[in-house]
Amino acid sequence: MRTLLATTVLSALIATSAQAQEELKLYNWFEYMPAELLDKFTSETGIKVVMDTHDGNEALLAALKAGKLGRYDLAVPSDYMVAILGHEGMLDTFTADEIPNFGNIEPKWLDVPFDPGRHSSVPYQWGTTSFMVNRKLYDGPIDTTDIIFNPPETLKGKINVLDSSGETLALASLHLGIPQCSTDREQLKALNALVLGAKPDWASFGSDVAKDVLVSGDAAAGMIWSGFGAKARAENPDLEYAYPRQGYIVWMDNLVLLKDAPNRKAALAFMNFMLEPENAGALSNYARYAPGVTGAEAFVDADLMAAPETNPPADGNGVFVETCPQDSQVLYDAIWTNLKK
Amino acid sequence: MAAAAPGGASTSSRIYRGNVLRLIGPSWVIIGIFLLIPVILTVVYSFLTKEFRGGVQWTPTLAAYDQFFFDRGLFGDEPPRIEWTYLGIFWRSVWQAASATLLCLVIGFPTAWFIATRDPRQRATWLFMITIPYWVNLLIRTVSMKFLIRDEGPLNSLLMWTGITDAPLGLINTNFAVQLGLFYSYLPFMVLPIYAAVERYDFSLSEAAADLYSGMWTTLRLVILPTVRPGIIAGCILVFIPSLGAFLAPDLLGGAKTFMIGSLIEEQFKGAAGNWPFGSAVATILMTIIMAVLLVYARAQGKESK
Amino acid sequence: MALKIDLRRFPGFFPIALLCLVVLYAPLVVVSVYSFNASASITRWEGFSLAWYVDVFTGPESPKFRQAAINSLIIAVLAAAGATLIAIAAAVAMFRTGRFKGRTLSFALINLPLMVPEIVTAVASLIFFSSIGLGGGLTTILLAHITFCIPFAYLPIAARMQGLSDSYEQAAMDLYATPWQAFRLVLLPLLLPGVMSGYLLAFIISLDDFLITNFVKGAGIETLPTAIFGAVKQGIRPNIMAISTLMLVVSVIFVTLSWWAGRSGKSKA
Repeated sequence: MRTLLATTVLSALIATSAQAQEELKLYNWFEYMPAELLDKFTSETGIKVVMDTHDGNEALLAALKAGKLGRYDLAVPSDYMVAILGHEGMLDTFTADEIPNFGNIEPKWLDVPFDPGRHSSVPYQWGTTSFMVNRKLYDGPIDTTDIIFNPPETLKGKINVLDSSGETLALASLHLGIPQCSTDREQLKALNALVLGAKPDWASFGSDVAKDVLVSGDAAAGMIWSGFGAKARAENPDLEYAYPRQGYIVWMDNLVLLKDAPNRKAALAFMNFMLEPENAGALSNYARYAPGVTGAEAFVDADLMAAPETNPPADGNGVFVETCPQDSQVLYDAIWTNLKK
Repeated sequence: MAAAAPGGASTSSRIYRGNVLRLIGPSWVIIGIFLLIPVILTVVYSFLTKEFRGGVQWTPTLAAYDQFFFDRGLFGDEPPRIEWTYLGIFWRSVWQAASATLLCLVIGFPTAWFIATRDPRQRATWLFMITIPYWVNLLIRTVSMKFLIRDEGPLNSLLMWTGITDAPLGLINTNFAVQLGLFYSYLPFMVLPIYAAVERYDFSLSEAAADLYSGMWTTLRLVILPTVRPGIIAGCILVFIPSLGAFLAPDLLGGAKTFMIGSLIEEQFKGAAGNWPFGSAVATILMTIIMAVLLVYARAQGKESK
Repeated sequence: MALKIDLRRFPGFFPIALLCLVVLYAPLVVVSVYSFNASASITRWEGFSLAWYVDVFTGPESPKFRQAAINSLIIAVLAAAGATLIAIAAAVAMFRTGRFKGRTLSFALINLPLMVPEIVTAVASLIFFSSIGLGGGLTTILLAHITFCIPFAYLPIAARMQGLSDSYEQAAMDLYATPWQAFRLVLLPLLLPGVMSGYLLAFIISLDDFLITNFVKGAGIETLPTAIFGAVKQGIRPNIMAISTLMLVVSVIFVTLSWWAGRSGKSKA
């Protein structure tokens, strides 16, 4: 037993010390990058990719603030977090000619509000956030945010909302038709009253379990991300993803170049690699969201491209979650705390 | 207190007097470096100005404590009133943790007693049987508990099939579910210390008590309890304090509809709020309360052993 | 005439102990059953399959999970051992050296890791570690784990020690045993149930830790909890259930082996 332990300790130590090769350090969500793609990158460039995993945008920000900045070359945050990291001065910039495949970025994802003109980020995956309804339990119209905030009698007490103030309050703002970063007293009071009034109709707040409560039937309706919703529908065909007419949330995860990157050159090479349509398509097949790269569709599984969750209506009014300035953000934090007190 | 315990001697034994520094030193060094410094940092942070979206500016202020204790309305321009929000969260967390601790004690004490009275070989087997489930990650254990007590889950199916109930119990997303989850999360932390204390109990004492016509419960209260009290107290500390800061059971089993202390603090560091000084202040207040209670206990113990 | 009651056999304690086991294992039965589910769901049963076990051993994420499990076990074994040694020494100091200066303070210090909310330890440790230039290797994680495991090892040992008579040690020292001999040959065997309880608690606490590890760990290092917490962001799939079931199997093997080792050791003696 003792020798077995000693050998495992030893092999672990050896494994961590063998690093003569050039390295790229990537800070990503878990299971958001297929191992084959990393191997392919290594065989093409000779650069080894060391991936670390964070468990969400805010955790990523906290870890970078607390001292992890400078340890990674690239990170994968969502749209609003790209803007925040930019404001915080945690991103490095590049020019389009440093990345040969820069032109492959789909034009509609080029001039995005969180990084106008793309100077620090390139698209990774994108999707929408809305909600799903179990059609066996409710067959009325679902193209409205009333399902969540003013639910019909049959859905009351069987609703799960995401446990994230950004997405849930943004959807509530869409429901009311008010801006996401308001400082207007009447609007904020209405928002506060809306969520407080709807809370008794909600069974739970949950993000990681958003899929499971819908599949199991614990929740008859629930907020969910599009790709997660597609997985839920595969397990329970009664579920239908909604595109409410008041609006829904569009999000995009991005590869960003971090400030003080130990290996900036490798980071740009990796960004370039991920903008190759074939590689972007492979990523989509693994992560089950849409790529933001021209020509990548050809490499994406047909069922994924055809899924209702991947195809928002052409006239749909999807919006990004906005990054509010401090004076309005504190008010939204207060509303959220008030909601969960 | 221990000095009064039957079969025991005093806590003022001085056998290893000459080695006191060598013995206590390692814990001082390790905790002093790797925890005390971070804790001091936390206390300092609680008096600093928050930086938007996490981090601090090195300008001293009491704003974090003001936010904790005073309510100035949603827009911050109303005359200050006492803020009940956070006190309410504290109270709820304490109540949940205390219920879970009681539940652990009620189930854990007899279990520990039972284990300690087996023969030595069986004892080891029982101890391992109690701890083996904890090789499975807490998140997975909690999710499984959620699955088990769902309205359409196995527990309710079983109860309805056997005719004990005719409708689902509706356990999920209730306070009781949270307490059950906390109980499930920390049960061995009650059982093992009590076991360690009971195991040294000299059963000839209870036989003597029985010979003196002492009833079973009298024996339990007057003879046994003093001996096992250190174990019970250790167990209660080990269940209660982690339960106070727990976030998985409240989130998954309670539906996360309300903040607990743990999730409130976490929201300040890795949530949208990003208010490190406020998170530090809540943590400082929590640590102060727990520390005060523990020190009062330590002093009482010290006095009794004199 | 009072009934002669054997307190070793309190009526009702056996059923409670059994109930305890049922509560502990019932959710795990769910885990094990759904690890054999044919579909990707953990709530809908769609037939028996070993696919998720195949996935655990040959799937694209399998090397990562395997390394994570090995890291977790190494850290838990070592951290629990370190914490237990420190805790034994501290308990001896607290209960066998008379009243020394700073005894109450020591009590507070030893229990400090318990009092600090995990997220605070996590963020503050990361700030401190990065300011002194400590990277995020296994050693860093190990040091952090030893620190927060100390009270979990200490409290059962102290509970055992409190009121444990020192007359045997006194007798040993009257027979010219050194303090070290008295400790090793007399006190330590008496402490053993407390030491074992403390070690087991420290072990499961270390094995389960997510938050602190997630903050202090460096690039490319995963422990089982960080891997699992990360994986469930994409939904809880039966492969996690399969990994959990395998951990149970490993633990049972571990326990059986040590049981055998203990028995053969005894029969030789």
